[in-house]
Amino acid sequence: MTVTAIVALALGTFAFRFAGPLLRDRITLSDRVQTVIRRAATVLLAGLVATAAVMDGGEFAGWALPAGVGVGGLLAWRRAPFVVVVVAAAAATALLRLLGVP
Amino acid sequence: MRDVAPLATGAAFIGASFGAIAVSTGMAWWVPCLMSVLVFAGASQFLAVGVIAAGGGPVAAVVGGLILNARHLPFGLAIGDVLGTGPWRRIVGSHLLIDESAAFALGRAHDPRSARAAYWACGIGMFVTWNLGTVAGAFAGRIVSDTDALGLDAAFPAALLALLLPALREHATLRAALVGAVIAVVTTPFVPGGVNVLLALLGLAAGWPRRDHATGPDRATPADTGGRA
Repeated sequence: MTVTAIVALALGTFAFRFAGPLLRDRITLSDRVQTVIRRAATVLLAGLVATAAVMDGGEFAGWALPAGVGVGGLLAWRRAPFVVVVVAAAAATALLRLLGVP
Repeated sequence: MRDVAPLATGAAFIGASFGAIAVSTGMAWWVPCLMSVLVFAGASQFLAVGVIAAGGGPVAAVVGGLILNARHLPFGLAIGDVLGTGPWRRIVGSHLLIDESAAFALGRAHDPRSARAAYWACGIGMFVTWNLGTVAGAFAGRIVSDTDALGLDAAFPAALLALLLPALREHATLRAALVGAVIAVVTTPFVPGGVNVLLALLGLAAGWPRRDHATGPDRATPADTGGRA
């Protein structure tokens, strides 16, 4: 993660944040456009979660990793606190690896 | 402003996870810290770090992060005049525009003074705890040597999934997300790192809002795209 990339992301993000209050008297986004923007963010994150949960580089990461993420996901779905979700996912994966699961 | 406290505490923990996870992927301690100050948008920070960790290029990381952060534009259009006047208030106030501060302002739209106070309290509170958490996490992450044995590679997707779940309760979004997830995984071996995550956007076709009865955004909870900061 180069400084250039961080600054580029920061400036672009700031532009989105600054433009809204500035332009609010001049433009209105339809509900449909707003829905697409929100949904795009969710879909992008879902793609990242899925890839990070099952792949290591270009290959299948083994079973311990997705199993641990699954444990975390289940806890999140049951509305467990964020810290519990993260720690349980890591602990489950670590335990499975300790037991010899790839 | 006691409503801000639990959110700000949560931001500290998520920031700590972010700092520790970023360092565990091999980044220097100041990289996540710099991101938290300058970008201050949790989901996009996780995404950028994840893309880089998966061997992706900085362009894919930045493009992905910016697509996530495009949601700040409609938030800014909706929150009304909470920033106040003067260039500095506008600049600093814009930087504090996050899912949570937007939600606070929108929830008090009937009373402009209260909306303004809530917006600033939430934005400042979250900025402080998010950054303190990131620094603490980055230093804690440096102590850990064998990150795989501790399952830290599972912490990252689990953290993102927890942030993402509320948005998935909407059926069309869930459909699009599932299709996008499959596309991202299946294309991973064939495209440069990070591009597979961008390809997930094709999943939007499976949940494209129809023109006749578009599902309007739920103004009460704009924090549905996860990023708690």
